[in-house]
Amino acid sequence: MAKPKVATTSLAGCFGCHMSLLDIDDRILKLVELVDFDKSPIDDIKEFTGQCAIGLVEGGCANEENVRVLQDFRKHCDILISVGDCATMGGLPALRNTITLEECLNEAYLDGPTVYNPDGVIPNDKEIPLCLDRVYPCNEVVKIDYNLPGCPPSADTLWEALVALLTDKPVSLPYELIKYD
Amino acid sequence: MSKITEAAIKEICASCGNDRDRLMDVVNAVQAKAGCVSDESIEAIAKQLSCHRVEVESVVSFYAFLSKEQKGSVVIRLCNDVVDKMNGVDAVAKAFEDELGIKFGQTTDDGKITLEYAPCIGMCDQAPAALINNEVMTYLSTDKVKEIVKNLKACNDPAKLKHRLGDGNNASEMVHSVVHNGIRKKGPVIFADYDKEAGLKNALAMSPVEVINEIKTARLRGRGGAGFPTGMKWEFTRAAEGKKKYIICNADEGEPGTFKDRAILTERADLMFEGMTVGGYAIGADSGIVYLRAEYAYLTKLLEKILQDRRNANLLGKNVLGKKGFDFDIRVQMGAGAYICGEETALISSCEGLRGDPKNRPPFPAQKGYLGHPTSVNNVETLCCVGRILEMGAAWFAETGSKGSPSTKLLSISGDCQMPGVYEFPFGVKVSELLKEIGAENAQAVLVGGPSGQIIGKADYERTICYDDLATGGAVVVFGPERNMLEIAAEYMEFFIEESCGYCTPCRVGNVLLKNGLDKILAGKGEPGDLAMLEELGNTVKTTSRCGLGQTSANPVLSTLKNFRSTYESLVKESKDGMQPMFDISAALNDAETIADRKSVIFKN
Ligand SMILES: Cc1cc2nc3c(=O)[nH]c(=O)nc-3n(C[C@H](O)[C@H](O)[C@H](O)COP(=O)(O)O)c2cc1C
Ligand code: SF4
Ligand code: SF4
Repeated sequence: MAKPKVATTSLAGCFGCHMSLLDIDDRILKLVELVDFDKSPIDDIKEFTGQCAIGLVEGGCANEENVRVLQDFRKHCDILISVGDCATMGGLPALRNTITLEECLNEAYLDGPTVYNPDGVIPNDKEIPLCLDRVYPCNEVVKIDYNLPGCPPSADTLWEALVALLTDKPVSLPYELIKYD
Repeated sequence: MSKITEAAIKEICASCGNDRDRLMDVVNAVQAKAGCVSDESIEAIAKQLSCHRVEVESVVSFYAFLSKEQKGSVVIRLCNDVVDKMNGVDAVAKAFEDELGIKFGQTTDDGKITLEYAPCIGMCDQAPAALINNEVMTYLSTDKVKEIVKNLKACNDPAKLKHRLGDGNNASEMVHSVVHNGIRKKGPVIFADYDKEAGLKNALAMSPVEVINEIKTARLRGRGGAGFPTGMKWEFTRAAEGKKKYIICNADEGEPGTFKDRAILTERADLMFEGMTVGGYAIGADSGIVYLRAEYAYLTKLLEKILQDRRNANLLGKNVLGKKGFDFDIRVQMGAGAYICGEETALISSCEGLRGDPKNRPPFPAQKGYLGHPTSVNNVETLCCVGRILEMGAAWFAETGSKGSPSTKLLSISGDCQMPGVYEFPFGVKVSELLKEIGAENAQAVLVGGPSGQIIGKADYERTICYDDLATGGAVVVFGPERNMLEIAAEYMEFFIEESCGYCTPCRVGNVLLKNGLDKILAGKGEPGDLAMLEELGNTVKTTSRCGLGQTSANPVLSTLKNFRSTYESLVKESKDGMQPMFDISAALNDAETIADRKSVIFKN
C-alpha cells in the first residue's frame, strides 16, 4: 500500500512552526517511513500532485495568495490542521487588524520612524499579491479539523499529533504539551 | 475649548467635600454643567480630589452618560431596546435624523443637540421612548419627533416639551413627567393601601434580631433577580465585624424589559425608604444609599422631597421615632448609564467613585462592601416587602403565593400584548394565565426574567413564575407569531456585548463570538455543526465568567437553541466543499484593489 501523503505550507507565518517540525530531530527518519511529502517547502514541491491525508498549515491569511493556497489545501487534504497561533488566531500579523490597510501600508512604507524611502513609493508590482483588509485566521476561510496551539507548537506536540492521526488513534495531547504559561 | 472654569470645578468638588469617594457625583455635575468632562476638567478634578488623573479618566470613559467629547446642551437618547424596535423605533430614529440633519452619535453644527441611542430606559410599556436630557418622552411617533425637534430648535429647553402629564405622582410638581405608571393590577403587598408608619414602629419595638427573624419567618427572598433570602443576608451583615455598616437600595433597574421599580419609585418610595430604615435598624447601619439609575433622574426631586419629609417627621435622622441610639439617614447616589452597575458589587464600586467593575467574591458585600464596611444590597421591591411584613406580620405575607415562593411579585410586562404595564401577581402564576390576562394568547415566545433569563415557547406555558421554576427579577416580554426569535436573541447578545465590563475574556470575547454565530445562521450560511459550537461556547461563557452578567449572557442563545431548535435547524445546511461561507474574498480585497488601483488576478469575478 502506498504511504499516506502529507503537505505543509507557511502562509502569513514566520516559518517558526516549520522549524519546530524539523526539531523532531531524528524522528524525521521515522516520519519519512510513515509518510510521503507532497506540496511542502521541505521538499520544495510547488503544487499538489494528488490527494493528501494530512495538511499542515502555518500562518493565517494576510493576502490573496494565502487564501488561494489555503483553499487549495482544503481541497486536497482529508485532514487539515492549523499549526501555531498565527494559523489558529491570526497571531502577530493580526496586530494590524485594528487599523485600516491604508494606514498599515503608509506606516510600513512611508511614515514609520525607521523607514528610508526617498521616492515615497509603496510597492505595487502586479506580481505582488494583494493584501486582505485584515489578517484572517485559517478557520475563518476554510474549515479546519484540528488546531495545534503554540508559538510554535513544540516538536513533541507536532510529532504526537501526527503519529496519532497517521496511526488512526485519537489525538489526545498531554496537558504539558498544550500548556503555555 | 471647555465650557467650565477651574473655579467652577473647585466649587463642585468642594460641594462634595473634596471626597474622592464621591467622584461619581463630581463627574456627573461637571458633565451636566459643561456637556463633557474634558481632559482639562479631568486634570482639575484629579488635582482637587488629590487622586490620579487616570482614576478620573477611567470613570469618565466607563459610563455611557459621561464623555470627554463635547455634547450638545440637549442630548437626545433614543431607546433602541428590542421592545422599542418592535414598536417602530426605526422610523422614529430616521425622523430624528432627518429633522435634525445629523446621524446617531453626532451633534448639530450649532453644537446644541446631540443624538444617541440608549439601551432599555425602563419605558418598554410606553415605547418607543427617549430621554431628552433628564426628561422622558414616551409613545414616540414620527409626527411627535417633528414637533419635538421644532420646539427644541425654538427654545432649546427639554422641560418645555411636555403636554399631557402622566398619572399619579408623575403629574406632581416634583416629577412633572409624561410617564404613565401603567399599574394594571394591584396586589395585596406593594400597591395596596398601607399604614405609613406602622412597619417601622413595629420594627423599633422589637430587637434587631427579632426583626431579622420576622423576615426569615416570612421567607422573603430578593426581588432583584437572584432570589437570595433577605433575612439570611441581613443576618450575615449584622454578624460581620465592623463599626460602620451600610444598607444599599438597588434602584438601577437595567435589565431590558424591567420597569416595575419605576412604578414603586414613583408611587411607593415612602414604603421603600421605610424598608431601608428597618433594614438599617436590623443590621446595625446608620447610613443608607439609594443607587438610582441615571435614566430615572426625573424622579430625584420627588425622592429628595420624601426623604426630607421623613427627616422632618423623625422617620430619619437622630434617634429615629424616639428610639435611643438608632440614627439613620439615606442619600441618593446617581448612576451614569451602565447596566452592569445593577450587579451588587459593581454597584458598590460605582458608589465608591470607581468604574462599575464587579469585584471578586469572596469577600461578599455582607462581609466587606461599601468602602470595606459590611453592606447589604437589596432591591427596591424587596425593601417594600420588608415594610409590609413588619406592618402586617410574616404570616400575612406568606398567605399568598406558592409554597416555595411566598407572596407576590411585580412583573413588568411589555412586547406583543394588548395591555403592557406593571402587574402584581401571586407567585406560582402560570405563564398561560398571565398571557390571558394581558391579552397575548397567541404569543409565540415569552422572555421571562429579561435577556439574562429564559426565552420560552408554547410548550412551557404551563410552567409557573416562581423561584423554583421560572425565576424573574420582573421582566416579561411577549413575542407574537410574526417575530423572528433568532433575530431577537441576536439583539439581546448585542446588548450584552455593549454592557460587558470587559474584565473576563469569556464574557468580553465569548458574547461577540456567540453573536457572530447567530448572525451567520441568520444569513443562511450556518451549518448543523454551528449549533453544537454555539451550545458549547455558551456553556463556556456561563461557567467561566466572573459575575452574573457573563454567567447569564449566553441565555438568549442557549434558551432559543433549546426551545426554538426547529427554527435553527431550518436555517442551517451542511456545506460540502469545506469552505467557510461567511468568508467574502471580494469584500476582503476591496481596500487593496482601491489602493493598488488594480484588480485581483487570482480571484476574478
Ligand atoms: C448584570 C446584573 C444586573 C443586575 N441588575 C439589577 C438591578 O437592576 N436591580 C436589582 O435589584 N438587582 C440587580 N441585579 C442583582 C443584584 O446583583 C443583587 O443580587 C440584588 O440587588 C440583591 O437584592 P435582592 O436580594 O433584594 O434581590 C443584577 C445582577 C446582575 C448580575
Ligand atoms: S505561530 Fe509563532 S512560530 Fe508559528 S508562524 Fe506564527 S509566529 Fe511563527
Ligand atoms: S462576567 Fe462580564 S461583566 Fe462580569 S466581570 Fe466578567 S467581563 Fe465584567
